[in-house]
This record gives sequence, C-alpha cells and structure tokens, in this order.
Amino acid sequence: MWGNSCQGLGVEALQSGSGNAFKWAGRDLIISRPECAPPFGIGEAFPECTIQPYLETDMSVNRREFIKIGALGLGSMSLAPKVFEWGPSAAKTFPVQPGDVVTRAPTYCEICFWKCAGWAYTKNGRPWKIIGHDEDLHSHGRLCTRGSSGLGLYNDPDRLQRPLIRVEKDGRQTFKEVSWDEALGFIAERLQALKETHGPESLAMFSHGNGAVHWKTLVKAFGANCIAAPSFAQCRGPRAAGFYLTYGETVGSPERTDIENSRCLVLIGSHIGENLHNGQVQEMSKALDRGTEVIVVDPRFSVAASKARHWLPIKPATDVALLLAWINVILEEDLYDRDYVARYTVGLDKLKEAVRENTPEWAYPITSIQPEVIRETARLMALHAPATLVHPGRHVTWYGDDTQRSRAIAILNALLGSWGRKGGFYLPQSAHVPAYPHPPFPKPAWSPCDFTRALYPWALSPVASHVRDMTLDPPDPEKQIKAWLVYGSNLIYSLPQPEKTIAAVQKLDLMIAVDILPSEITGWADVVLPECTYLERYDDIRTSPGRVPQIAVRTPAFEPAYDTKPSAWMVKKLAGMMGLDDYFPWADMEEYLDHRLQQVGSSLEEMHELGVKTLPSLGPNYFQPGEEVTFNTPSGKIELYSQQMADAGFDPIPRYTPHAEPPDGFYRLLQGRSPFHTFSRTTNSPIFTELMPENELWINPQVAADWGLKAGQYVKMQNQDGKTSQFPIRTRITERIRPDCVYMVHGFGHSDPRLKRGFGRGADDNEMCTTVKIDPLMGGTGRRSNFVTFITEGV
Amino acid sequence: MAAKKRYAMVIDTKLCIGCGDCVVACKMENEVPEGFCRDWIVESVTGVFPNLHMEYRSERCNHCSNPPCVHACPTGASFVDDESNITLVDPDMCTGCKACIAACPYDARYVRPEGYVSKCTFCIHRVREGLDPACVASCPTHCMHFGDLNDPESNVSKLLESRPFKVLAPEAGTEPNVYYLI
Ligand code: SF4
Ligand code: SF4
Ligand code: SF4
Repeated sequence: MWGNSCQGLGVEALQSGSGNAFKWAGRDLIISRPECAPPFGIGEAFPECTIQPYLETDMSVNRREFIKIGALGLGSMSLAPKVFEWGPSAAKTFPVQPGDVVTRAPTYCEICFWKCAGWAYTKNGRPWKIIGHDEDLHSHGRLCTRGSSGLGLYNDPDRLQRPLIRVEKDGRQTFKEVSWDEALGFIAERLQALKETHGPESLAMFSHGNGAVHWKTLVKAFGANCIAAPSFAQCRGPRAAGFYLTYGETVGSPERTDIENSRCLVLIGSHIGENLHNGQVQEMSKALDRGTEVIVVDPRFSVAASKARHWLPIKPATDVALLLAWINVILEEDLYDRDYVARYTVGLDKLKEAVRENTPEWAYPITSIQPEVIRETARLMALHAPATLVHPGRHVTWYGDDTQRSRAIAILNALLGSWGRKGGFYLPQSAHVPAYPHPPFPKPAWSPCDFTRALYPWALSPVASHVRDMTLDPPDPEKQIKAWLVYGSNLIYSLPQPEKTIAAVQKLDLMIAVDILPSEITGWADVVLPECTYLERYDDIRTSPGRVPQIAVRTPAFEPAYDTKPSAWMVKKLAGMMGLDDYFPWADMEEYLDHRLQQVGSSLEEMHELGVKTLPSLGPNYFQPGEEVTFNTPSGKIELYSQQMADAGFDPIPRYTPHAEPPDGFYRLLQGRSPFHTFSRTTNSPIFTELMPENELWINPQVAADWGLKAGQYVKMQNQDGKTSQFPIRTRITERIRPDCVYMVHGFGHSDPRLKRGFGRGADDNEMCTTVKIDPLMGGTGRRSNFVTFITEGV
Repeated sequence: MAAKKRYAMVIDTKLCIGCGDCVVACKMENEVPEGFCRDWIVESVTGVFPNLHMEYRSERCNHCSNPPCVHACPTGASFVDDESNITLVDPDMCTGCKACIAACPYDARYVRPEGYVSKCTFCIHRVREGLDPACVASCPTHCMHFGDLNDPESNVSKLLESRPFKVLAPEAGTEPNVYYLI
C-alpha cells in the first residue's frame, strides 16, 4: 500500500501549493483516488475483467482487419505439432499456439510526436504486441523502444477510469466519480457562465498530441483562439524562429533533415539515439554504416558522440562561440558555396565583417575546443558540402539566446549550401486532405496571444509559459484568462517554475483536464475527463511531411477500458450541450474519417486494410541546379543578415554572449532524453519502469572524488537559489561527462502518488530550474542556467 | 528433410545505440513475464574523459554449439534442436532445479513463475515461418542480423567474412553463436 508516506507528502504539497487549503476558493491538489475505486498495489495484476476486446461480431462493421494466422503468413493453424516435430513439448511455450486467432488493426503511435505507423495485434482477443508498418515513412516497419511498449500505457493500472469532479467533503476537497453526462454537463454549464462573465476569449487551451484536434475546434467554435502547446516555447520554438528568420520556413516535424544522404553530420547537443526520433535514428544508423563523417558537440559523451569520429566536449553554454568560429573559418578560408551564397542569400559582407574577430583562437578559451580541432571540423564540413547537415536539434530552449544560436546554425548551413540540397535539408511534401467542412468560427474580440506577440515578435505559436504567466498576472484587468482546458500535457512538468503554474490555476474559474493518466496537473483540475489511449480510438488522419506525401490512420485495436472515451466522443457530446453542434456535423469518427479520406481517393475501408498510403510525389526534394528560388523572407533571399531583426532592435547577426557560470561547488544542470521514456509521460508504464525505474545524476569521477560520492549513492540536489529536490536521485559516476556539469534524464520524480510506479522514483529536473532565461525573440524558456550542488546528509 | 542449419546472430556494435527496443520487442512477442527478460543491454565504457570508447551489446542466450547448460541438465529438458542448432527447454521435463542456470556463463536463463526454466529461443516460431526474430525485426538501427552460418551466402556468413568480430567469453569453450562486429 502506498498510504502512509504519501499522505505525508500530500499534506506538504497542500500547504505549499495553496494558501487556503480547505476552502473551495482555492484548489487543493487532490492526490487520493476516489474512494470507490480499489487501489491496486505495485506489481498487482491488471484486473482481467477490465479488458474488453471487441467481440467477433464487430468484425462486420469493418473496424479492423480480421486475420487468421494463415492469412498473415505466420504458418498454418496447426503450428506447433506440424512445425516442431522435434519437440512439441518445448513448443508449448511459444507465443503462438495452434488455433490461436491473431488480429491486427492499423494505428500510428502516440507515445511521442514522431507518430510512427504500425499494427496493434491481438491474440485471442487480448492485446499482444505493436509492430511497425513496413511502408511507413516514419518507422520503416520498426517502432522504437517506446512505441514497441505502447501496450504499457494501455495496461497501466493507474489509468484514469471514470470522469471526476472536484467536490468538498468533510471540509476537504476530493474527486467524486461522476457519469459522463454529469461531467460534460458541468463543463457546459461552467463554460456558459464563463462566457457571460468574462467572454469566451477568457478560455485558454494547452495541448499536446493528435487527439486534441476536436478540442481545438470546440475552443474556436466557443469563440476563443488561445491554444498553446509547450512544444513551442519549452522545446523547439527557437529553432522554428531561427530558421524562419533565415529561410522564411521552419524545419517542421518530422524534421526535413536528409541524414540518410548526408556525408557529414554535425550534432550540437542533439543526442539522437538517446532521443529516439525514430526516422532520424534509422537514418543516422544508415549514415554511420556508410562511413559518414559525424561531428558531435556535447559536454557529455552521448551515444551519438560514441559513434562519431569527432567529439568536441564543449564547455556548456558556449555553442554560439563555436558556431561563429566555424563560420569564421569557412569565410576566411573561402570554403563556402560561392554560387549558392551569391544566388540565394543576402548579407554576406556584413556577416564577414561581423565574425572577423571570431577566430578559432578567440573561441578556444571560451569553448575549450582547440583551434586546430575547430579548423579541421570546419574544413570537413566544407569538404562534404552541400551534403553536410548541421542539425538544428529539437529541444533547444537552453540559455535564452537560443533563437540566435539557431540562427547561427541556419547561417552555417546556408554557407555550406545545404538547405534544399541532397544530404542537407530536403524539400518536404505533405498530403493535403481537405478538412471536414464546418461553419466559420466566430472572431474573438481579443486574444491573449496578442499580448504574447507584442512582447515576443517571433513567437510563431502561442507561448504556453506566457499564457500561464498572463493567467497569474493579467496584462489588462479587462482581459483575463479564467479557464483552462488542458489536453494531454502535464503542465507541472512541461512548464518551468511549477509553483507559478499552481498559483495560476488558483485564479481560474474553471480548470478542465483531459488525460489518460492521473498526471500531476489533473490533481489541480475541477473536472477530469479520462481519455482512452491511442490504441482504443480513432484519431484524425496523419498527414505529416516527408519526402513524399503519405497518410496514415489510427483505428481502435481494442475497446476502451473502464469508462474511458475518445476525445471525439466527448467533444461531440459537449458541443451538443453547448449548442455548437454545427461545428461537428459528422455522426462519428468513422464518417468523419471516411469523408476526409474520400477526398484524396481513399476510404476508411481501404485504410483499415492498408494502414498507410503513399500519395504521388509533388515534385523534387531538392533545388534543381541553377533554379531560381524565392524565399519567404522580406528580401526573398536566405538572410545571413536580418534587416527585420535589426529593425526590431535585435542583433541582425548572432553574437556570442557569455552566460552565468556555476558558483564554486556547483555544477551546471543539463537535461536530456532516454530511449525508454517520452517526457514525463511514460515514467509510470509497467514496461518502462522495468527498463529504467529511475533517473540518475551523471557526475564526473573527479567531482565525485572531491565530494566523496560513491556510485549509486542517493543524494539530493540543491540549486543556486536554495531549492532542494523533493526526492533523492542516484549518482552515476561516469567519465562520460565534463567536470563542470551534471546531467539527468527529464521526466522522473513524480510527486503524485496516484502514479504508483513513477511516484518518488528519481528526481525531477524541472523543479531544480528556478532560474529561467527567456528568449526575447520568441518567449522560449531556457533552463540551463541552473546550477546544483549535492546534499548527502539525511537522504 | 531440409539441410541442417546453424543459426547465428551477428550484431554490429558500431551501430547499436543501446536503445533496448530489442528487449521490449522480445518481451512483447514472447510475453516474457514482468521482472524477467530474454535479452538485455550491456554498456561498456573504457578510457578517461575525454578519451573514451563505448560499446553497446544486446546480449542473450548464445545458442552455443557446445552448451554447458545442456550438459548440466539432469532431466534432459534442456536440449539442442539438431536441425537448427538452437538450444531449447522442454517445460514438461524441466523440474526447475537451476543446474543449467549455474552452468550458463552468460546468465541467459531464468525460472518462470510457473517453475520451469526459460530463455531466448532465437524466436524459432518466427524463424520457421521465414521471419526474423522479434528483436532483430524491431531494431531501429538495423544492427542485428540473423541467418544460417552453414550457408556461405547468408548475410551472417558474409558479415563474419568481411568484418572483425568477437564472441563473449570464448575462454569458456562454449562456441557461442552470437557474434559481435567490432
Ligand atoms: S518514435 Fe517511437 S514513440 Fe515516437 S512515434 Fe515512433 S515508435 Fe512511437
Ligand atoms: S534494438 Fe538494436 S540498437 Fe537498440 S539496443 Fe537492441 S540491438 Fe542495440
Ligand atoms: S531471438 Fe527472440 S527470444 Fe531470443 S532475444 Fe530475440 S526476440 Fe527474444
């Protein structure tokens, strides 16, 4: 049982989280399960009765393909006796037995944003495994570790099971299980009240993932348009802004990086292989196998660094200096692509002028990278250009000048002529599938995003952290955010400074959370809607960009467990209660999808069969020799020098600015990914907790010796602002990291005991990041200017 | 009868990233109970910062040509399938005495909750149907290869011909059939 220790924690959280813990005006963090639900202990079996596989009679409605083993090419029905003449008894332990009925349904993965297409298998009506779809351009038939474990989410005994509403009972707030009618009725009523008192614009949405699409429609139909995803300002936003400012386009997702054809791949802090962005991992492996020159810049001996011929263990926070030195060498030694630069870019002379002083000798004391190494690697890049890819990274909110760093990367690529060229950045194509028609959305009278854009001119998407801050501290008393709809995004972990997030929630009239797991943010909601997993629902068509257009569908492989529902069902029902039916004119997802698919010459029936469908190419993936190209920038060219940035008062060419250094006895805290987890989303999965039950703090042996730390010892971290980690973390003493920094994987140290496997396992990096450096160009929240020291006593 | 096979796995340590997909794919395919695995990842780091070398290995039963587990098994439950050179366990004959576990230098075996010993089968149920083992088929780096060493034209034979390789604990004299390209 998890009772005693967690209760203590709950009280602590209540006191720090909310000033008036027992009054309705403030929200308490609700940490206990509703009384009527039996709590399952760690390791206890998932109750069998809750799995409700489709009945065979459902096959007729064409929900998925019904496959007999023979039809799959897995052999005949009498598999064991016939095949294993040598030991039918040993064969008894094999996973497929004579007479087993195997079925599969097409899906695309939702464990991360890569959205690999695959097949979810059942055996005798029970979930079995998920494997990649051979024709899928995102996975090439191979899901990653997390995707292969997708059933862990489905099987998680801690899943939200029924709709919950916050009520007060015996002077304490708690969740009450309610019917869907009651939960949705409550929301409809409260949103109506919100509209009357504060206007529809006062509703803001936070989202992550494909299931959000109908919620977004609902928010817009309601009359609001502030829909923010932490994936912008907390992740890849600076890259988007940096490339947009340079090329007039972003790199997209999946990235348009032509790693497969690269002859030189440069990774700057990007740890492909630990981040399992499937297509990139596969392409990097192909490139390595071909002997591609790989240059990795990382303070840590990452997996990618271990594969690279050149590892530059840079001093953290100095990447811009290295980039400028590389640019300097390429210009000074005349190594740039003259024709490409002359044809497509503006500002070469100004760039030359700006980086004249940024020699490798200048960069050496800053970065700790030897001048000859800088020269050698710059020459290698030029040697292989234009098939040289200086990778833009993905999670790039580091130091607050991240858009400028991304600009430097964009400029370096432009000098190498790699944008639009084979082995650099290809020209992506995506399928255009017309939307299901609906009436035009009402025009909001104001939008919180207006304030964001006024503050951060290149916030290309809403800034989730700013929406939070505006909720807490409205820039205009007449324009307040009073309700949140939080879809699939654990804001306590994904936004920096969680105490601000909790304080902002206290100011809301209504807080709705749609989630699969009782993630920390759901503990602050007024109403929690339990969504079924991606394996139990239809979702919208995947149309992500690639080398050719391709579509993929997600279909339910199993019936929703418990009383969970797909978002499409919830939204349609809620829209009915709110009088917004017109925006959802389809009967169900089958009709919605079929209508859309028909417009690209397919159908739901066909897609059930195919899973993915590749559409005809729309043109070449690279610029043609001598092709005239107009870029979507003010000058129509690739902007090495950005006049619009100068006009807005920013550096038109990136400059190196030194960042704060760790005080004595402190170490810069770096965060990253593990192949076993996606953000904080998977840390409760029964499968993953076996593989990686907790994160570790990587510490160089020199540092460990100074502190007398032993490998595997638990320590607490304390940062420069005196913040101590809630949970201890194990040390990993390793040569794989510089002595001036420590490293940990993001997403651990869950504080919500409803997440039984993740609770208190490892530590949370986010809580240690009390210092946040905001990117003035796009509002990004850099978290790498935090420094920690170790507390060994009383851990 | 088909010609005798000598199935082998060849794993390219230059490409393996230690992602553990092979571990998960095996667990799902073979419904390996919680807390056990048939394959696992070893990370070995040598050197001192910043002069480092790192190798990842996906390890499992080596389906040894001279298998100590089979020699140690008192009941005959552990056996080598003559036709494929794969080492298997007959659950009906296995008493769970763990003699094989003690004998295996690779720690490849475990006792299932039901009381009999289990381990990697080279996914023979898939191989017989022309598929790669589940781990091989899932690996995102394509660093694992499976095939018949008795066939000089097979991918595994060719890889061992063209690349330097090693096996684990060769001194144990087990003649392993899982090879690591280095
Ligand atoms: S990369 Fe992995 S987790 Fe992400 S969508 Fe693909 S299989 Fe799923
Ligand atoms: S799946 Fe492949 S790359 Fe990943 S650990 Fe296993 S063998 Fe290595
Ligand atoms: S061959 Fe099959 S049983 Fe053996 S480790 Fe691979 S997946 Fe598991």
